[in-house]
Amino acid sequence: MELIRAEGVGFTYSGSPVLENVSLSVDKGRIVSLLGPNGSGKSTLLKLLLGIYRPSKGSVLFEGKSVAEMTPRDLAKRIAYVPQTHRMAFAYNVLDVVLMGRSPHKPFFSRYSKEDAEIALHSLERLSIAHLKDRSYTEVSGGERQLTLIARALCQGADTLIMDEPTNGLDFGNQIRLLDRIADLAQDGYTFIKSTHFPDHALWIADDVVMLQEGRVAAAGRPNDVMNEEAVCRLYNTEISILRVKGSVKTCLPRSIADGGYKRRTPRNEHSV
Amino acid sequence: MRQRIVPSLLLGLLAAGVVISLGVGRYPVSIPEMGAYLGHVLFRLTAMDEQKLQMVSILLLQIRMPRILAAMLVGAALSVSGAAFQAMFVNPLVSPGLLGVLAGASFGAALGMVISTSWLIVQATSVSFGLLAVLLALLLSRFYRGDRILLLVLGGIISGALFTSLLSIVKILADPYSQLPAIVYWLMGGFSMVDGKSALTLAPPIVGGILVLLLLSEKLNVLTMGDEEARSMGIHVTELRITLILTATFISSLTVALGGIIGWVGLVIPHIGRMLVGPDNHILLPVSTLLGALFLLVVDNASRLLFTVEIPIGILTALLGIPVFAVILRTSKKGWS
Repeated sequence: MELIRAEGVGFTYSGSPVLENVSLSVDKGRIVSLLGPNGSGKSTLLKLLLGIYRPSKGSVLFEGKSVAEMTPRDLAKRIAYVPQTHRMAFAYNVLDVVLMGRSPHKPFFSRYSKEDAEIALHSLERLSIAHLKDRSYTEVSGGERQLTLIARALCQGADTLIMDEPTNGLDFGNQIRLLDRIADLAQDGYTFIKSTHFPDHALWIADDVVMLQEGRVAAAGRPNDVMNEEAVCRLYNTEISILRVKGSVKTCLPRSIADGGYKRRTPRNEHSV
Repeated sequence: MRQRIVPSLLLGLLAAGVVISLGVGRYPVSIPEMGAYLGHVLFRLTAMDEQKLQMVSILLLQIRMPRILAAMLVGAALSVSGAAFQAMFVNPLVSPGLLGVLAGASFGAALGMVISTSWLIVQATSVSFGLLAVLLALLLSRFYRGDRILLLVLGGIISGALFTSLLSIVKILADPYSQLPAIVYWLMGGFSMVDGKSALTLAPPIVGGILVLLLLSEKLNVLTMGDEEARSMGIHVTELRITLILTATFISSLTVALGGIIGWVGLVIPHIGRMLVGPDNHILLPVSTLLGALFLLVVDNASRLLFTVEIPIGILTALLGIPVFAVILRTSKKGWS
């Protein structure tokens, strides 16, 4: 079932075009990876899908309705934004951060109810981080912060999560644990649209991939179909090899590594101190 | 746990503070006397001679109660506005005067004193110019493109500077023997002019404004995450920010009508509140409200009891606020990470 559709979306910022004629379609329960070099317009596209920016051209549709015509409140009940883990000015508790997700369900003048607190706690449990609820958000690890923000998205009641480079700044173990969580939630019907700087992440867990280059869609489709060496090399303007590891599993390597490692001009002399 | 105890503790201290403040002064009223008075007036239980009754009645109802009420209202309003502003602008150095409300209100009060001898007119011009200064700041910030919060601060600086210089003009033009001293005293703040009527008239709007801020405190948390993130959580960012600014400004300008310019309360009290209960505005705003009321009540007692001549309260809040602020900035790093 089609959830989100962008049709010929263009976006101009301060007179210069950031995105041109971007079209894409996202089905329910899919994990979509957005790939592209720095400045290719990934973050902008995510914010257009979220309704934070308005397209200069074309339109973004959520279940057939124009996002521009939906209120932030209605939109927030369906689509949640999981930003890059950021430095937060105030040392809120993890539970307080998750509770913020209840905002679209509350009238303008209101206080959280007991039910809100239960929903927030349940969202933390869903991500197995309920033990962090009274810890300060600024003191937990980067991976735990990202999980907190995902819990906030669930607490918001959204079924579509838009993530801006979710693995950014996480150590390798936390990156893998986070991808596991995403795959796990997608099994339950959650839809993910996430930008990433790691083409491997797209190869590992994405159902669909969109490659953005200079504000245009360079290729889109199943990772197996569109992520070939030629396309990836062109996208990042570097020599990259795609290797088959085991069965159908693939991974990207710099070509120099795939071809046997860097050749140093002078071998390192280990005895000279 | 702390978040449960602190508000009830403050509420208890505030109640005790009110009773003590009613009693102390040049003519002390003891607690048994207060009890006898209450018993007599409310239930006709205790006997009291006519002369004593009249004196206690005037002391409590006409002299001390209005002043106590005014001090608590002003302290509460300034502190809760300060807390809201600090959160909204994500800046620990922000006070309710940021957008020029105090500068505008000072000018308005001075102007009122020059053009009229009516107390009511002075209060009215003070409130109107306080609001006008903030509207000017909001308008200026709309003129430019860029970061909304930074532009608001710049708008406030421009508007504040404008009304400060206008105030200087009024001071130069004022009669140096009668009007100028009145203006100078007003700018130092104080509750000696408060009467029952103005305290009771201004109480409902101030309490109403405080309630609006308290009811928006959870949305305020969301707003501190940044405009885009707040919007993605369904918040109408502009609508919310304007409501918060206008409410905080409105009650801050009303405090000027009651007690003149009283600095430092709105800056320091929220920091102490944050040290007590943490940065969650849901709990910080009510705690700041109570703490501010208690603080100004205590300081007002000091201002009328310390010396035979009353010290303007604005001077005392500054003398107390500055060292506290200096210490807090050293120790409260963790709230602001």
